Amino acid sequence: MTQSPTLSRRSATSASSLPRKSRQRGVDARAGYSFLLPWLLGFIVLTLGPMVSSLYLSFTNYNLFDPPKWIGLDNYATMFQDERFMQSVGVTVGYVVFGTPLKLAAALAVAMLLNSARMGQGFYRSAFYAPSLIGASVSIAIVWKAMFGDSGPVDQGLSFFGINLGGWVGNPTMTMPMFILLTVWQFGAPMVIFLAGLKQIPADLYEAASMDGAGPVRKFFNITWPMLSPVVFFNLLMETIHAFQIFSSAYIISNGEGGPAGSTLFYTLYLYLRGFSDFRMGYASAMAWLLLIVVGIITLIIFRTSKSWVHYSGDAK
Amino acid sequence: MTTMATPTQSTPDAQMPQYNPKSESMGAKRVKSTLFHIVALALTAVVLYPALWMVASSFKPNSEIGGTNTSLWSSNFSMDNFVTAMDGIGGVSTLQFFTNSLILAVGAVVGTVLSASVSAYAFARIKFPGRSVFFGMMIATLLLPFHVVIIPQYIIFNQLGLVDTYVPLLIGKFLAADAFFVFLMVQFMRNLPAELDEAARIDGAGHVRIFTSIMLPLMKPALISTSIFSFIWSWNDFLGPLLYLNTPDKYPLPLALRLFVDQTQSSDYGAMIAMSVLALLPVLIFFLIFQRYIVEGVSTQGLKG
Repeated sequence: MTQSPTLSRRSATSASSLPRKSRQRGVDARAGYSFLLPWLLGFIVLTLGPMVSSLYLSFTNYNLFDPPKWIGLDNYATMFQDERFMQSVGVTVGYVVFGTPLKLAAALAVAMLLNSARMGQGFYRSAFYAPSLIGASVSIAIVWKAMFGDSGPVDQGLSFFGINLGGWVGNPTMTMPMFILLTVWQFGAPMVIFLAGLKQIPADLYEAASMDGAGPVRKFFNITWPMLSPVVFFNLLMETIHAFQIFSSAYIISNGEGGPAGSTLFYTLYLYLRGFSDFRMGYASAMAWLLLIVVGIITLIIFRTSKSWVHYSGDAK
Repeated sequence: MTTMATPTQSTPDAQMPQYNPKSESMGAKRVKSTLFHIVALALTAVVLYPALWMVASSFKPNSEIGGTNTSLWSSNFSMDNFVTAMDGIGGVSTLQFFTNSLILAVGAVVGTVLSASVSAYAFARIKFPGRSVFFGMMIATLLLPFHVVIIPQYIIFNQLGLVDTYVPLLIGKFLAADAFFVFLMVQFMRNLPAELDEAARIDGAGHVRIFTSIMLPLMKPALISTSIFSFIWSWNDFLGPLLYLNTPDKYPLPLALRLFVDQTQSSDYGAMIAMSVLALLPVLIFFLIFQRYIVEGVSTQGLKG
């Protein structure tokens, strides 16, 4: 009855009813791979294969028409002398470093506000979530551009208070705040996740703390923050990784050029321009791999440091 | 954490009659609740302002968008912008763009639901060698920046002559490339009792039977979340179509919008914004209908918007 020799050999150690068990294993192995086939195929053809070949391409000069020419680490070396590249790094890092914490702070603050509500929580939750659903769309990018443009409502509103900045879209120092506002505006998605986390915190913890005379600040740092830290961790990780990949809004707002003065030249936009309008595909691949490495390192850092600030209620203490 | 260590043991004999959770008077409660609603409503107004501005502007004549007239309301509301927007751009009608978007989104939903549910069943319910390794890889792809694969993917599809077709945009959906949905379904299926499969197996059912007649019906909530999100993501997708589509009559709405922006260059803001509204309309309708599913999906699965 043994069908596949390797499997039956492995199960030989596990005592009785041997033939039946090993047959079930054979069935399971075959079924497992058959069911997994769509994902496995996609993983190999669309992810793993392309990853390997983009790593190879990153060491070449390739323009899509002539065969790739091996140039070793040249792409990586030239990157650091490429002013536009350095600019795109600066723009993206600024966006991630300021945008993500602000967005998460807004999300947490509003989630705590809503968590105290007795009525209308569902309504507010939906209303605040809505921007997250549409924020990355081309439509909203167009609206943002119009709102922050010359004599748009933002300009008008500010000059009402005597602040005359003009349009933000054409002003290199104001484009970053504009993009940060666009991401903070989408605080709804992490907020909903925070809210779900807040609901998991047992109310008697707060009651006990009140009895001990703890004020709201103590309660926040001694109860809310540690209990919520796994959720903070999740949101921080996901939002950071997403922030690095901002593309459509940057493309639309700057007409695909990253201007004015390169102030909206986000990393992925520059990568796109190098790869698909200059056809420097080797260079673009090197950029992609550098992005992968940086995102990987940041993920690792978030994971590593999480041990010191993320509290899982499962592990005692 | 020291403050929280005591309560459970200390309560029984200690007298603390003064502690009463309902000690706040009704009046104080009402003030608090009113204050909450004032703050929350003000915030709602701020958050929804861009959307309201967009809708209001889409009905306004060009001369009133921007400029000194900042009020959302206008006595000159008309449908003119929508009439212009429906004409389309580059010789292609907006209805055609809508149809294209719809084909892509429906294709994405069908492909994702089929491939992700089948693959998730393997991860969640079948024991086979290599499963945990593949599962780890699947999780890793969740964190993978998409840009690492776009260049080789483009080269492959270019060599196969599939650029300017929908194949590159849809094939990933049929191969469960959106790992998030696989993950969502795995999590969902793991919470279904294992006795279900065991009982079915004793009755002689194979994996195909267990999957189709036991798992799929029970997975309805996960399938609905997946459908909603894959529809909306596909509907809003910009980079994919930007890379692969060249001829305007194949464009979905986001690309058509870009074309519109390029060609009209702010001369006809009204029509541009009207078209933006039209492009978002299905997403907004989806949101209004499936609000619960969407928000619950986010809060339990951490789905991104």
